[in-house]
Amino acid sequence: MTVLVFSGILFAGALAAGLLGSLTGLGGGVVLIPLLTLVFKVDIHYAIGTSLISVIATSSGAAAAYVKEGITNIRLGMFLELATTAGAIGGAFLAGYLPTSVIAIVFGVILILSASLSFARPADPVTTGEDSVLSRKLRLNSSYPTPEGEKHYFVKNVVGGFAMMNIAGVISGLLGIGSGALKVIAMDNIMRIPFKVSTTTSNFMIGVTAAASVGIYLKRGYIDPGLSMPVMLGVLGGAFLGSRMLTRAKTASLKILFAFVILVLAAEMIYNGINHSI
Amino acid sequence: MLTKVRDADLEKVIGNLLRYGVLASSVVVLAGGIVYLIRHGGQTPQYHVFKGEPEKMRNPVLMWKAMLHGEGRPLIQLGLLILVATPIARIAFSVVGYLLEKDYLYAVLTVIVLLVIVLNF
Repeated sequence: MTVLVFSGILFAGALAAGLLGSLTGLGGGVVLIPLLTLVFKVDIHYAIGTSLISVIATSSGAAAAYVKEGITNIRLGMFLELATTAGAIGGAFLAGYLPTSVIAIVFGVILILSASLSFARPADPVTTGEDSVLSRKLRLNSSYPTPEGEKHYFVKNVVGGFAMMNIAGVISGLLGIGSGALKVIAMDNIMRIPFKVSTTTSNFMIGVTAAASVGIYLKRGYIDPGLSMPVMLGVLGGAFLGSRMLTRAKTASLKILFAFVILVLAAEMIYNGINHSI
Repeated sequence: MLTKVRDADLEKVIGNLLRYGVLASSVVVLAGGIVYLIRHGGQTPQYHVFKGEPEKMRNPVLMWKAMLHGEGRPLIQLGLLILVATPIARIAFSVVGYLLEKDYLYAVLTVIVLLVIVLNF
C-alpha cells in the first residue's frame, strides 16, 4: 500500500467516524484509535497523538455553533477547565510511562463506559439542584433559552463535579480522547445541570483540555503529519456533513448500531492489551 | 444587564474566532497535505513501530524553516499548530473580556488555565 492509498483510506474512515460521531452525539474520536491500531496496525502512541488533534478540530468546529446559541455556561466551563487541564497534563505524562498494553486496556474500559452511558442518560433534563454558597460565589448559576422562555438553574455539588472533571482530564490526556462521557457524568449526575447545557459546555471544554496535553505529545514526537492530515480533514468534513443532516427521528437506530461497533472495538482493544499484542 | 450584553458580545467574538481558526488551519493542512502526497505519495507508510518524529516536526521554528524549503509535512504541522492555537486564543480573549467586565475572580481563574496550557507547550 502506498502513502497515497493509505491517506485516502484514512480520510474515508475519519469522514465516516466524524459523521457517525456528530449524528449520534457519541463523538467520532473514540473509534479513531481502534481504527488506527487494530485495522492499520499503527503504533498506539501515534494513534493517540492523531486522535488528540481530531478532538480539538471537532470541539472547536462544534463549539463555534453552540456558543452562538447562548446555551453554553462559559463561567462553569472556564472554572472546570482548571480541573481538566491540570488532569490532562498529568495524563499526558503518564502516557509516556505506562506500557502500551495497559493503555489499550484502559482505553477499552473507557469505550464501554461511554457506549453504555449514552443509553443510561435520561432524555429529559434532570431535576436541577438547589442553590449553594460555592456556586453563588463563583457565579455558576445561570439560565438558558427554552421554548417556554428563559429557564433558570442552579449548580449543585461544585466540589464533587470538580473532582470528577479532574479524572476526566487525566483520561483525556492519557488516551488522547475528549472524554465527553465522563464530563457529562460530572455535570448531569453530580452537578445536576440541565441536559442541553451540559452537552454544549462539555464540548466547549474538550478542545481546551486537549490543547493542554498536545504540547507534551508534540515534543515527544507523537504527532505525525502524515496521519494527522487525512484524519483531521476527514473528521472535520464528517462532522460538518453530520450537522447539516441532523434529523432527530432517525438517529435512535444509528446510535444503537454505533454503540454496538464501539463495544466490539472495546472488546478487541482489551483482548489485544491482555495478549500484549498492541 | 450590562454584564449580560457584554457576555453576548464576547461569545460572538469567541464563536467567530473558533470558526475562522478551524477554517485557516484546514486550508494550511490541506496545502501541506497536497505537497506531501506529491513528494511522498508513492512511498510505503511505516507506522507499525514507534520511532518518534524528527526534530523538524516537533519544534515550531524548525518546522517553519523546513516548510520554506518546500517540504509538505512541516507545513501540515504548522496547520495543526494553528488548530491548537484556536482554543488557546479563546482563553486569552476571555481574560480580556472578564477584565472589561471587572470580574477579577474569573480573570484570575482564566489566566491560571492559560498558564497551565502555555507553560506545558
